[in-house]
Amino acid sequence: MKNLGFRDKLTGLPKPVRILLWILLALFAYALPLLELPIISTPGVDFGGVLFTVTIYCLVALGLNIVVGYAGLLDLGYVGFYAIGAYTVGILTSFHANWPLLLAIPVAVVAAMVSGVILGAPTLRVRGDYLAIVTLGFGEIIRLTAVNLEWLGDARGIKNIAKPPNIGDEKSGLFEIPHLLWGNGTVLVDTEHPTKFLVFGYIDQVPYYWMGLTAVIIVLIADILIKSSRVGRAWEATREDEDAAELMGVPTFKFKLLAFSTGAFVGGLAGGLYASRQGFINPLSFLLLYSILFLAAVVVGGQGNRWGVLLGAILVAYLPQRFREFDDFRVLAFGAALVLLATLRPEGLIPPRRTVRAKQLEQELDELEQGTDEGEEAARV
Amino acid sequence: MSERILDVQSLTLKFGGLTALDDVSLHINEGEILGLIGPNGAGKTTCFNAITGVYGPTSGDILFQGKSIVGMKKHQITKQGIARTFQNIRLFPTMTALENVLVGADAQHSTGMLTALFRLPKHRREEKQGHDRAMELLRFMGIHRKADELAANLSYGDQRRLEIARAMATGPKLICLDEPAAGFNPAEKVELMDLIRKVRDQGFTVLLIEHDMRLVMGVTDRIVVLEFGRKIAEGSPSDIRDNPAVIAAYLGVDEEDAS
Repeated sequence: MKNLGFRDKLTGLPKPVRILLWILLALFAYALPLLELPIISTPGVDFGGVLFTVTIYCLVALGLNIVVGYAGLLDLGYVGFYAIGAYTVGILTSFHANWPLLLAIPVAVVAAMVSGVILGAPTLRVRGDYLAIVTLGFGEIIRLTAVNLEWLGDARGIKNIAKPPNIGDEKSGLFEIPHLLWGNGTVLVDTEHPTKFLVFGYIDQVPYYWMGLTAVIIVLIADILIKSSRVGRAWEATREDEDAAELMGVPTFKFKLLAFSTGAFVGGLAGGLYASRQGFINPLSFLLLYSILFLAAVVVGGQGNRWGVLLGAILVAYLPQRFREFDDFRVLAFGAALVLLATLRPEGLIPPRRTVRAKQLEQELDELEQGTDEGEEAARV
Repeated sequence: MSERILDVQSLTLKFGGLTALDDVSLHINEGEILGLIGPNGAGKTTCFNAITGVYGPTSGDILFQGKSIVGMKKHQITKQGIARTFQNIRLFPTMTALENVLVGADAQHSTGMLTALFRLPKHRREEKQGHDRAMELLRFMGIHRKADELAANLSYGDQRRLEIARAMATGPKLICLDEPAAGFNPAEKVELMDLIRKVRDQGFTVLLIEHDMRLVMGVTDRIVVLEFGRKIAEGSPSDIRDNPAVIAAYLGVDEEDAS
């Protein structure tokens, strides 16, 4: 209820105000690592680096949400596309060629997309659980190929992957942006460790975060535009009732393949950016565990709702870094959280608005049937 | 005599050893309402499914506007101009009424990923066109006030109406209604009869499966009767009413009387 109220208030605002609010939110997101806010910042780990990881998870969650949330295709091997993106960048910028990153990334996303089509074309004819098993196999096949193929650097991996190009001078960038320093009740401007705009170095991770955040925003806008079109409707109809959708003129196979390759596109992009920041990849970066974590981000947040899956991604990526001192209990806490979630909010933290509305009405009807006074009250509202 | 829009020629459909349809031939003239009746399990819905491409016929041919549609994919058949509703309502429950109809309207559209992503003129045009048509149809069905309701939250009757609206949105020439009056009370059935006539008056041809004899007799121009997968009679409602084979099929006959 509270959640709905917030949304209605937000959509009730005049358009310029809404746009201004979004811009302010984006600015705040960009400034987050510079503000070094207490409580939010991660003690002991570089905050910019953590935020970069968060953006990568956000990208992955948005991409996987298209496949799982919109089109309803359970994909347990999403890390495979992520790996293909990362390895393509690794091969093209360091291992077998010397391409600049900006050229390698488009090739990486196209490679991921093509692999999505190649995997999807034969397997998207199976449904539900069977698809999950096939994709699970795909993720493992990609990893095992990387382990066993010398051409892909086998278990040793690929190093010296290209960084993004700097803007401005390599030493100082175009200009320097100071961070804030929070003392005991005072805020100081820390001019000694500024972030150089825009130098992709080894120590300062903030520029990578900005790069990741920009990618998230672009993908998010694309997601909004596509979802509210014929394509988005076709995905949803296919998810709800594939046979009925087909009989209403939706070429479901084509749209499932499209969802699969779009998801692969975003996964490949995330993998490519990750490889570039990391500078080094090996098959251990693409374990099955990550597929499960990615899926957890989508499910925890609320599959089918882009804001939900973003929240899920933030939680899954950020919380373990923030509470590193409890590292030993990480898996336990994660398990407990999932069990709690399954009982308290089975639709995810922020389920799609539609589900909320449908559930509400169902509840109202139930109450009406019981004939209690409260039920009648609720129905009248 | 008007043109045949659909021509089913000696259609046979077997599931393993079971013959669901045995050499059924029927045709529908443009602009008429054809009733397809028969006892439970006679093969009415199977016949529908064969026409709309759900099952491929074992033998026989189905011509739509003179062209064979056997072997076409389901969505291609819809695009050709055959739309249908379902015996058990099959809407997209988490989508709104309007969106359900829009999915139908999208059948004639071709906006793809990139067109939508860059909001090209085609996207805007098709979106507007589809939206206008969808609202028009919802109004025609009398459920436009519930356009933003979720399909799952509509009443049973409105869900049936929404299914017809969604089928009409695909831009068909022939609409197949599979027991649209199931679960309706007598008053609603009368309303539905008017509605089906109005659908026909808009230029659609209607193929109607129905159990309710009064509804079928009142609204159809011609009736085809199926029993055990075979066509046992065909003709105007009054012919069918007096046809002994039909009466036998519906009421049963004593063993001595059966020839």
